[in-house]
Amino acid sequence: MTDTPVTTDQPLLSIEGLHKAYGTTQVLKGVDLSMQRGNVLTLIGSSGSGKTTLLRCVNLLEEFQGGRILLEGQSIGYNEIDGKRVRHSEKVVAAHRAMTGMAFQQFNLFPHLCALDNVTLGLQKVKKMPRDEAVALAEKWLDRVGLLARRDHHPGQLSGGQQQRVAIARAIAMNPSLMLFDEPTSALDPELVGEVLAVIKGLAEEGMTMLLVTHEMRFAYEVSDQIVFMNQGRIEEQGPPKALFDRPQSTRLQDFLKNIHF
Amino acid sequence: MYQPPSWLHEVWAARETLWPGFLTTVQCSALAIVCGTVLGVIAGLVLTYGRWWGRLPFRIYVDLIRGTPVFVLVLACFYMAPALGWQISAFGAGALGLTLFCASHVAEIVRGALQAIPAGQLEAGKAIGLTFRQSLLNVLLPQALRQILPTWVNSSTEIVKASTLLSVIGVAELLLSTQQIIARNFMTLQFYLFAGLLFFLINYAIELLGRHIEKRVALP
Repeated sequence: MTDTPVTTDQPLLSIEGLHKAYGTTQVLKGVDLSMQRGNVLTLIGSSGSGKTTLLRCVNLLEEFQGGRILLEGQSIGYNEIDGKRVRHSEKVVAAHRAMTGMAFQQFNLFPHLCALDNVTLGLQKVKKMPRDEAVALAEKWLDRVGLLARRDHHPGQLSGGQQQRVAIARAIAMNPSLMLFDEPTSALDPELVGEVLAVIKGLAEEGMTMLLVTHEMRFAYEVSDQIVFMNQGRIEEQGPPKALFDRPQSTRLQDFLKNIHF
Repeated sequence: MYQPPSWLHEVWAARETLWPGFLTTVQCSALAIVCGTVLGVIAGLVLTYGRWWGRLPFRIYVDLIRGTPVFVLVLACFYMAPALGWQISAFGAGALGLTLFCASHVAEIVRGALQAIPAGQLEAGKAIGLTFRQSLLNVLLPQALRQILPTWVNSSTEIVKASTLLSVIGVAELLLSTQQIIARNFMTLQFYLFAGLLFFLINYAIELLGRHIEKRVALP
């Protein structure tokens, strides 16, 4: 891993000409995107537009075939050596993945571990933190998402909203420089959406850099610094929420917003 | 005064034949179950996550063994090992046959359990920065092994039952010992029943152990 000195004007995340295909189907057709530290950027678009795929490329849950992703100046997934793309070793990939945190649509908590151990696992195995230190940090974050009292509960004993909050604590406790949210409220009952959004909003206000995919337009409007509208594997339009929602330029975004009520 | 049935005297008189037979059954079964499980878990991991050139030999092994009667397997080990220049005792050959049989079944059970774990589990492990090895040990196997426990208990009892086949290659396990006694005293029904009872006790103990472990690792 190369350590590039981080200057303040360097973007935290920069994506250049990203191409991704499943077989012959092009999913991402050249995406350029850059994010500053402390920013909240939301990807919107109809299903199949590539927004979730783009998010998953950032922590290499999806491999990509062209372009590059720089996180804190480090090339994610691949290096160019003499014009050839060489994939990083598993160790480097794992280290890069630890720089981002991710909340999944289906929470993906580890069902065999209690809430506390879901959070401590990464701290102990990846950060090599001693158990007592990991427990203290996990308790702090479980408290932060309002679930310290549920620390010994297993995922099966928690509601969807509680599971997602534990999952967010699990990701945040690793102190990532970028948080990825992949439709974090889509699998939740309507009455549980609010508690999860409140946690995410709190993190945004504390200056967490976040890249979100969501269908909660009102939430996106309130929390984002930038909104990116994706369509058929490309970025169609982007801008601050107010400008984008009030004066959409492209007809596709106008059509998309017509079907959304908030 | 109460007189116990005379065949109980016979059982007591035969203890020096039956007890070693019982122990041999327990030993070869335990050996086959332990080695077969370790081998089977490794084979199951390769079958699930290996590349094709890693999977191929295990695939052939598993399909071949599972498609062969255990009896044939035991005979093959007994006759083929010396033919291949490996001097192995009848007990060793029998235990080897049972181990190969056990491993092939455990391999498929483990593969099934690992493939049934939602893809999101491995992704969540990756997302917090776990290497594949760490995910395997801390996320995937704890879930898969819980899942296979009932089926594994079933496979283990099958091994104990299959161990009677070792009598054919001259291993004096419980069944052959019983037959030796019957050849002496002609109490056919009583001694076969007694042997059956002992086999049942071994398997019942395995089932109790399985249930105990299941209860201990059950998720709330």
